[in-house]
Amino acid sequence: MSTPASTESMYQEIILDHYRHPHHKGLRDPYDVEVHHVNPTCGDEVTLRVSVADGVVRDVSYDGQGCSISQASTSVMTDLVIGRQVEQALQTSEAFLALMQSRGTLDPDEDVLEDGIAFAGVSRYPARVKCALLGWMAWKDATAQALDTMDESTTTGGAA
Amino acid sequence: MTALLPTVLGAGAGTSYDVQAVRADFPVLGREVGGRPLVYLDNASSSHKPRQVLDAERTFVESHYSNVHRGVHTLSQEATDAYEAARDTVAAFLGAADPHEVVFTKNATEAYNLVAYSFGNARAGSRFALGPGDEVCVTEMEHHSNLVPWQMLCERTGATLRWIPLTDEGRLDLSDLDALVNERTKVLAFVHVSNILGTATPVETLVARARQVGAFVLLDGAQSAPHQVVDVQALGVDFFVATGHKMLAPSGIGVLWGRRELLDAMPPFMGGGSMIELVQMGGSTYAPAPERFEAGTPVISQAVALAAACDYLQEIGLDRITAHEQLLTGRLLEGLRGLDGVRVIGPDSLTSRGSAVSFAIEGVHPHDVGQSLDELGIAVRVGHHCAAPVCRRYGVPATTRASSYLYNTEGEIDALLEGITTVQRFWR
Repeated sequence: MSTPASTESMYQEIILDHYRHPHHKGLRDPYDVEVHHVNPTCGDEVTLRVSVADGVVRDVSYDGQGCSISQASTSVMTDLVIGRQVEQALQTSEAFLALMQSRGTLDPDEDVLEDGIAFAGVSRYPARVKCALLGWMAWKDATAQALDTMDESTTTGGAA
Repeated sequence: MTALLPTVLGAGAGTSYDVQAVRADFPVLGREVGGRPLVYLDNASSSHKPRQVLDAERTFVESHYSNVHRGVHTLSQEATDAYEAARDTVAAFLGAADPHEVVFTKNATEAYNLVAYSFGNARAGSRFALGPGDEVCVTEMEHHSNLVPWQMLCERTGATLRWIPLTDEGRLDLSDLDALVNERTKVLAFVHVSNILGTATPVETLVARARQVGAFVLLDGAQSAPHQVVDVQALGVDFFVATGHKMLAPSGIGVLWGRRELLDAMPPFMGGGSMIELVQMGGSTYAPAPERFEAGTPVISQAVALAAACDYLQEIGLDRITAHEQLLTGRLLEGLRGLDGVRVIGPDSLTSRGSAVSFAIEGVHPHDVGQSLDELGIAVRVGHHCAAPVCRRYGVPATTRASSYLYNTEGEIDALLEGITTVQRFWR
């Protein structure tokens, strides 16, 4: 694209790749919790399912519609959380959140965020930060609900 | 005041439209974005302000400002005079019979809420009161601001909300009008020109039906008043709403016009200073309109600036502005028609439409379209434009919308069309 560098830096090849070929897309069974999140300002939507067992993120599946940033970010998120300990995945999510709120001032840690570092440029565009966080927030919400449910069933089980 | 005259008149009224002279009045149009000249095509969202409006506000604040309708000192009187003169100007701009029919609000949203809450405050048995069995009718293309307040009113009162649906072409489907607007209908609230589709609605037909059944009519003129001659009396409606920031004035000022007989009889919306007649600890009586609906210190300098904007628009001539925008809109629609993978959402012809043109580019999300165009210095709006049901109706999550105004040029339309092909190449 014959546009200035800022577009090229925001629309990194990594982002475009995830957008065109999203990872782990499609809703799958089994799952513990399903959530539906929307970005009310632009109408982007994601339906996301999580499966958690023994403190590990077994699966994250999703379907949705949205811009390249929201779709690519959700794809990157699944790479970073599936198969990880929930605690570790939550830490990664905090690291991504911090990057997105940094307005371009944070130097991202590739060891932690892997392809997620491509979104460093997006953090300079406040209007797009919500796009980048849509899938992550949905995952966090679903995971919290899944953990709550497990706590309750453990408590109930213990009382019985 | 010659200082207020738009530069364009230097060429002499009646001559061809000198868009460059108009542009010279708008300082922001000279700036660059991303190293390219700004192409501002987001006017349906908010317009820019000419020097004449900025100067009028500055002069007022620097030399005459005080609170209004309180106090006896000189500035208080001058400010009150300027504020009331602004009301006169706006009333004349809208073709109102009486300046008392113009209520200043903080924006258009407050104006719709004012009417909806006032009706909601009416005692049972009052002609404004709604209850179970009563109906409010809107259209499927309302801006959320002329939809949600009515939904809320219906929720509070038990009334039923109905809406006139859309055709595939982005027009109102009037085939069931007589059923949708019926003897139970208390209010028919609809948009004059759609902010998302550009559609101009058939006001005459709708007003005629409302009159047959005795419904009050509110017309949302947020997208019409900035662009065309408006005559509220000729339109035959009961209420008309406009907002300053879309018509060259600052944000923070909106207008509700209502028939005086109605405004004087409607219960207040907000209580406070200025809107009262007699206050006792046991209760109060209320001032007549418009004060009844202007509780608290009003938006003073913004009202003065709005009047300057009305003067500016009238000096150029609303008819000439409409004609200029039709030229630009026609060029845009024709250009979009020639692009593969681009679909206009809304009327594809100049018949009964305004200058807002929504479109979808196959395979590219509007947010990405907007961001890519911004890199070319082109400002458009992307999203659901506060009309989410319209997006749902046409099966898109959002649209890209270009909306021109009096200062846009044919060259800018061409830059947008060229920008769209650049976007398509990048996202292919």
